[in-house]
Amino acid sequence: MINNETIKNNEIEALDRREKTDAERWADIDRLEAEIEMPRTQKRLGMRVKRIFGNTVGQIFLSVLSFIWIVPLIYLFVQSFRAEPGAWSPTFFPKTWTLDNYKRLFTPYEEGGTKFLQWYGNTLLIAVCSCIITTLFVLAVSYAFSRIKFKARKPMMNVMLILGMFPGFMSMSAVFFLLKILLPDNYQSHLSLIIVYSAGAALSYYIAKGFFDTVPYALDEAARIDGASRSQVFWKIILPLSKSIVIYTILTSFISPWCDYIFVSYIMSGVPDTSMYTVSLGMYKWLEREQIQQYFTTFCAAAVVVATPITILFMWLQKYYVEGVTGGAVKG
Amino acid sequence: MDFEYYNLTFMQKILYKVKGFFANFGKNFCDFWKNLFKSVIAFFVSVGSAIKSFGLNWWHGNKLTKLSYFLMGSGHIFRGQVIRGLIYFALQLGFFAYLIFFGGNYLAMFFENFFTGGSIGRVQTHISDIWDPDKGEYPVIPGDNSFHIVLYGILSLFVIVFFIFVYISSVKESCELEERAAIGIVPTSFRSDVKKFGDGKFHITLLSLPMLGLFLFTIVPLVTMILIAFTNYDAGHEVPKFLFDWVGFDNFKDLFASESKLGNTFWRVLSWTLVWAVFATFTSYFFGMLLAMLINKKGIRLKKLYRTMFVATIAVPQFVSLLIMSKMLDAGTGGMGGGGGIITQLIEQVFNFHLQFGLNIDQTRICIILVNMWIGVPYSMLMCSGILMNIPDDLYESARIDGASPARQFFKITLPYMLFVTGPYLITQFIGNINNFNVIFLLSGGGPGDLLLYTDGAKGTDLLITWLYKLSLGADRNYKLASVIGILVFVISATFSLLVYNKSSAVKGEDNFQ
Repeated sequence: MINNETIKNNEIEALDRREKTDAERWADIDRLEAEIEMPRTQKRLGMRVKRIFGNTVGQIFLSVLSFIWIVPLIYLFVQSFRAEPGAWSPTFFPKTWTLDNYKRLFTPYEEGGTKFLQWYGNTLLIAVCSCIITTLFVLAVSYAFSRIKFKARKPMMNVMLILGMFPGFMSMSAVFFLLKILLPDNYQSHLSLIIVYSAGAALSYYIAKGFFDTVPYALDEAARIDGASRSQVFWKIILPLSKSIVIYTILTSFISPWCDYIFVSYIMSGVPDTSMYTVSLGMYKWLEREQIQQYFTTFCAAAVVVATPITILFMWLQKYYVEGVTGGAVKG
Repeated sequence: MDFEYYNLTFMQKILYKVKGFFANFGKNFCDFWKNLFKSVIAFFVSVGSAIKSFGLNWWHGNKLTKLSYFLMGSGHIFRGQVIRGLIYFALQLGFFAYLIFFGGNYLAMFFENFFTGGSIGRVQTHISDIWDPDKGEYPVIPGDNSFHIVLYGILSLFVIVFFIFVYISSVKESCELEERAAIGIVPTSFRSDVKKFGDGKFHITLLSLPMLGLFLFTIVPLVTMILIAFTNYDAGHEVPKFLFDWVGFDNFKDLFASESKLGNTFWRVLSWTLVWAVFATFTSYFFGMLLAMLINKKGIRLKKLYRTMFVATIAVPQFVSLLIMSKMLDAGTGGMGGGGGIITQLIEQVFNFHLQFGLNIDQTRICIILVNMWIGVPYSMLMCSGILMNIPDDLYESARIDGASPARQFFKITLPYMLFVTGPYLITQFIGNINNFNVIFLLSGGGPGDLLLYTDGAKGTDLLITWLYKLSLGADRNYKLASVIGILVFVISATFSLLVYNKSSAVKGEDNFQ
């Protein structure tokens, strides 16, 4: 290495003495550096071959890997068109294709179909309601913590940090009792689920607060000097500037009830009327040992119907999601 | 991560890292307790000063102020803030009515045996001795409900604390009103007081509802469940039929006793939880990073397509993707053509090996970790690819000029940089995996069980969190054990969070942003 460097330096000095133009000099330096970079036996051509070879291998590797990654989803998709009944199919692709599974999904239960549409409606209702409440709560809390320096701010944030470390499910049995007391007649209802999903929303203020922190405080000050009240600043200045985080909060809180199994299974445990279920709970029940032979292909069809909009929403959200997740990490 | 660091040899770097880790850990640990201690002290100081001003105000105040020590709001009413005063007065009435007619009774029963141990509540549900001729039976007389006693006891304690806070602030306001009246300042009108909630006190408007929700449905239930860990509430003491008792630390002792079957089960579940969390976190992280580097590499085409294909697995709701995965891996009834998931059948045909997913504990565990990579790698890939692009190019350039091989570049530049930047994320992921309910529950349901090794509903691949779920929902409801496990999960999560506490500038620089 040292040898190379001394040679390089000497040559550059020699070049200087001969008074070349700047362009020539830089070209020489580049050439020298390139020579130092590669072992003497290797030629420029070998380098290129190697790079192309590396890229091809990478390309093939990536295609195979991404194919493996997507295979289970393809399996889910093709199985939803399978005509043969039963849970286990010996082949990846169905032998006979049919749309019956989808038809069955959208036929009312009384006519030999399923309760899927009811579940879908339930989930949609719960998702919309809890989405509205959650969004309002999260935005309000994160704005207050980000912008207003009140006395109890730091202690409150610390308490919420600690609360977040308890497993959310741990307090469920007490919540269940509380719901029983508050809604004695219908504690195993959609209202309960909405409460469960949205009452603790304040705990997830972190990402939105991080966003509000980045909005310059000078904007607030300018508006306040012009005589705007804090609520006016919030509604008229900060919220319109924070469209992306509002969208992010709305979408995540809308998606989460669709994906939740643990809370709904607790709240709805022992409910005889299966038409009260949400999609995740109902579809989970389809795959239980007693039902799977009958309902497996229907499950696949339902999964396609449920997952498609959620997947599209998530893909759209991806950018915000990455920002949210890495936001805290990158600062570290 | 200064320049000198790169001049160290490999072993020195490791030593440097280890040293830094422990130095930071000690510092973080100390800082945490110091801050906690400081805030406790600050709390008591503020309580002390409140008591002091409380007494002084009594000393200096006139009769009207003294009256407002007994009848909240009287000072306000007679000094022109009628509505405000009436609200205070109503609050006081409401508080006493609550204590007398409702909370007081529960509080008394709550504390009756709290320190000595013994039953919570006085009367157990029982069948009366007196024949009821109308119904034709001995009527059932409902007794106390121990769970309600704990729940309302907690609630009442919070109500009392809240009331004391309101009481002290009302007295303080009353004194201020007196002082202002003495120098001739007209008290503010109710309307302007209300208007303040849109401006100076806007944070109260914003926070009140979310905090009420948090208080009712998170804090009160959580404190209740923490206390349940010190009772013997389980299927044998199911309310409202039976009462349950305060038992102190017995549940913790039972769980930690390593010679008993329960203790054995607990240590097994705990060790698998930690092993799982380590494997799940690091496999996903490293493969995700490598994948991100590969996709980011110059000359690779269709970057966007690859990224989308990988991300598709995490975009699909987990109860769909994991359930279908668990069915693809299902061992079926065994043998060729005897059912089984498509992957099991494929492995059987190619390797002539019947995968015992859900039947053999070790095989199930390995499958779960592999499937978790299917979900976890795209997550890390998403996260890493942004950060990878932030690594300054000149670092690689100079490394190339010095003749460093790609592997060397990875270990000397990429990895240290990534670990440094994503350290907090890694620990968050680790905690997330300790609490990863979905992957375990939807894939294997915690199974397979082994009655010789496991008891109390726990099975071979159960994490603490899925065990908690089964204990609070399953056939053998064991709330006390569930609560103890919940507390332990908290302790574990909090310990690991301590590692990043104060380290991330997100916490440190939090105050300096404005």
